[in-house]
Amino acid sequence: MTETERHDYDVLVIGAGGAGLRAAIEARERGLRTAIVCKSLFGKAHTVMAEGGCAAAMGNANSRDSWQVHFRDTMRGGKFLNSWRMAELHAKEAPDRVWELESWGALFDRTADGRISQRNFGGHTYPRLAHVGDRTGLELIRTLQQRIVALQQADHAETGDYEARLRVFAECTVTELLTDASTGAVAGAFGYWRESGRFVVFSAPAVVLATGGIGKSFQVTSNSWEYTGDGQALAMRAGASLVDMEFVQFHPTGMVWPPSVKGILVTEGVRGDGGVLKNSDGERFMFGYVPDVFTGQYAQSEDEADRWYEDQENNRRTPDLLPRDEVARAINTEVKEGRGSEHGGVYLDIASRMPAAEIQRRLPSMYHQFKELADVDITAEAMEVGPTCHYVMGGIAVDPDTGASTLPGLYAAGECAGGMHGSNRLGGNSLSDLLVFGRRAGLGAAGYVAGLASRPPVDEAGVDAAAAMALAPFDPPSGDLPGENPYALHAELQQAMNDLVGIIRTEAEMTAALDRLDELRTRVRDVAVEGHRQYNPGWHLALDLRNMLMVGEAVASSALRRTESRGGHTREDYPALDPQWRHRVLVTRRAPDDPDPVVPRVVVEEAERDPMRPDLLELFDLPELEKYYTAPELVTHPGGEPA
Amino acid sequence: MTHTGRFRLWRGDAEGGALTDFDVEVNDGEVVLDVIHRIQATQAPDLAVRWNCKAGKCGSCSAEIDGRPRLMCMTRMSQFAPQDVVTVTPMRTFPVIRDLVTDVSFNYAKAREVPAFTPPADLAPGEYRMAQADVQRSQEFRKCIECFLCQDVCHVVRDHEENKPAFAGPRFLMRIAELELHPLDVADRVPAAQDEHGLGLCNITKCCTDVCPEGIKITDNALIPMKERVADRRYDPVVWLGRTIRRRRG
Repeated sequence: MTETERHDYDVLVIGAGGAGLRAAIEARERGLRTAIVCKSLFGKAHTVMAEGGCAAAMGNANSRDSWQVHFRDTMRGGKFLNSWRMAELHAKEAPDRVWELESWGALFDRTADGRISQRNFGGHTYPRLAHVGDRTGLELIRTLQQRIVALQQADHAETGDYEARLRVFAECTVTELLTDASTGAVAGAFGYWRESGRFVVFSAPAVVLATGGIGKSFQVTSNSWEYTGDGQALAMRAGASLVDMEFVQFHPTGMVWPPSVKGILVTEGVRGDGGVLKNSDGERFMFGYVPDVFTGQYAQSEDEADRWYEDQENNRRTPDLLPRDEVARAINTEVKEGRGSEHGGVYLDIASRMPAAEIQRRLPSMYHQFKELADVDITAEAMEVGPTCHYVMGGIAVDPDTGASTLPGLYAAGECAGGMHGSNRLGGNSLSDLLVFGRRAGLGAAGYVAGLASRPPVDEAGVDAAAAMALAPFDPPSGDLPGENPYALHAELQQAMNDLVGIIRTEAEMTAALDRLDELRTRVRDVAVEGHRQYNPGWHLALDLRNMLMVGEAVASSALRRTESRGGHTREDYPALDPQWRHRVLVTRRAPDDPDPVVPRVVVEEAERDPMRPDLLELFDLPELEKYYTAPELVTHPGGEPA
Repeated sequence: MTHTGRFRLWRGDAEGGALTDFDVEVNDGEVVLDVIHRIQATQAPDLAVRWNCKAGKCGSCSAEIDGRPRLMCMTRMSQFAPQDVVTVTPMRTFPVIRDLVTDVSFNYAKAREVPAFTPPADLAPGEYRMAQADVQRSQEFRKCIECFLCQDVCHVVRDHEENKPAFAGPRFLMRIAELELHPLDVADRVPAAQDEHGLGLCNITKCCTDVCPEGIKITDNALIPMKERVADRRYDPVVWLGRTIRRRRG
């Protein structure tokens, strides 16, 4: 048996972004002893980088908004592939989750009558995003962090111990889930302290994965180093399934210059507040890119688009605010056809559209970011922007109501869970997703633990195997030969994913990508690290690479399989939306016959998406559904013809 | 444009350490953190540095650059001449873990000592009404990214370990101000600010404001107003009389 530090909890939450913190709060409030394990310091998770806002149909800015309108927008944004039950729960519960934050101390921007102000965003019919300038994610994470501190203070008052029921293990990385050898159910997790390199074993009958995304597998990304697909890979290695992994969102507006900041996010709030995209001819090119499925829903002239900001009842919205997949593809085309900006992007102009003081008030961190990092004054000149890998719609397959994965005891919420956003996520739906499904996963895990007769025992062989795996980079099989440099290997992986599984995909390129991943999978075994275990970033990266490679294969294999274009998956060789693919999802899991413990291969299988509940289907007009659905699927719609 | 930059980094751990020189490629538009990453990738793979967003939003990559507390991701190389030696050392106020990484747990301990937001009992979620002008003051303080540079620079604790137990530091005195200025918070933290969190130790030298990467006017907008509230309570004869009478009745 490996001698390691050990802890027992009822619920173990992995990840301390919005979803993880919200899940932990819920589990603790249900009376369970809860631990949060996170790779970074408490309060630094990637959620802080969310800028624009949190979508919730509170109806403060336009009283016509409702959960039904939000639900419809979400389904349209995802091109009707979404888990409709998740989209329904999300639209219904988001307002309560936002109001709850206020009662925990959040200070959102206000309307004139003192309620929470709401801003416009791509794909949302009405102004819907609760926000704090352009730093909404920071407000969200700080509020949740402070709520956790408040709960700890309550526990301290009662027991004298702040950590009696809720403890944060910061700068601690989980490398493997632990299971019960006899049933396969989750039993805990194995990890290491970044600071000391010492190992730690958590035993817990329920684990909530809330580890976020996969962006660090791509070269140009808005994501931080933490986004290495840990939750997705941990889940697959333990036996759970992923869904929709081919759908990766490239945010249309990342910084493109200077090179060191390439990919850093420029909030969609710039466009929501009046900023417009222009090409090198000064043309507002988005008017030429409204796809058939959205015909009639967007303004057709600059005059109408500009009037819409003031009068939304009588004008249609600007196509600058089409869903992100459409805008990213449009920018890609403009650049490819030679109408790009100096550094290979397009222009995003807000300077000519409102007074400087107004820009600084509404978009303070964008002003600061461009001023400090690019020497650009956005109140005086246009920004240069281009697509950047931002979000993965796919993730761990979960039960919509409880967040339960296909593995007993394993739950997931937030970006690492799949289904909610279908093929493309609307801006603003991520922060609300974290809150709604973070809470539900916490509830689901609490309910599961309450119903257990006994706690599943941790398989000690699993602990030993995880320890050996974690130490392998200090003693690579290459022996005296120079091993692989983890930083170099990571750069090669990012290049391959960026070039071959990026915004526009083809069969030949994805096949090449899978070959490259195959080669990297072999070489990762020879990764060697220098130094010792104490706060050693080279070692940490070496261990993260396993996850990035496994998730990379899940993305590339699923993308190769889906022979159509939809949302965040665009095939040059299959450019059209295919209704036969609308009801089919791709499920990825560890290949059952591959015993490789380092980077097991994955298999992709097709599954049917459940048909939408009739009362929800009726929220849409038949002519709109006909653009997405096959005729036999629509016979139950009241407006449908008998088959 | 590319040149070879000269860097001097502190390397070591709690036992001790020394400055180590590196010659490293520097490209146009880069920030200090880019160069540190290049040193990691090509010369010192085990160089410990804490960072996350690389966009000035998370407050992880705090260090001292040529002696000045700064975020490495927001310090552009263009401000140095190519021949300058750029010295990067860990934050001095906190114990070193390794290389540029320090143990900032002091700050998390202090965060727990400030009583949390206390909502009014008669308002349900969704019923909160606040004017923008009223939330704006606390919103300024909520821009804080918890980089702890203000805590690092503050001379009350920078060279005075003995003051740490009695002093929350600018970040958490500002947190108290944020809650005091919150339009709906019902708790009173004014006496505790002075008696338990060490507001009196601050002698408003504004060093915290100077280093704040978010440009928050910590001293003018948070610390001085808090000091005024303390002074009003303690030294205003009417308040004193009122309190004395109330105490007698109670």
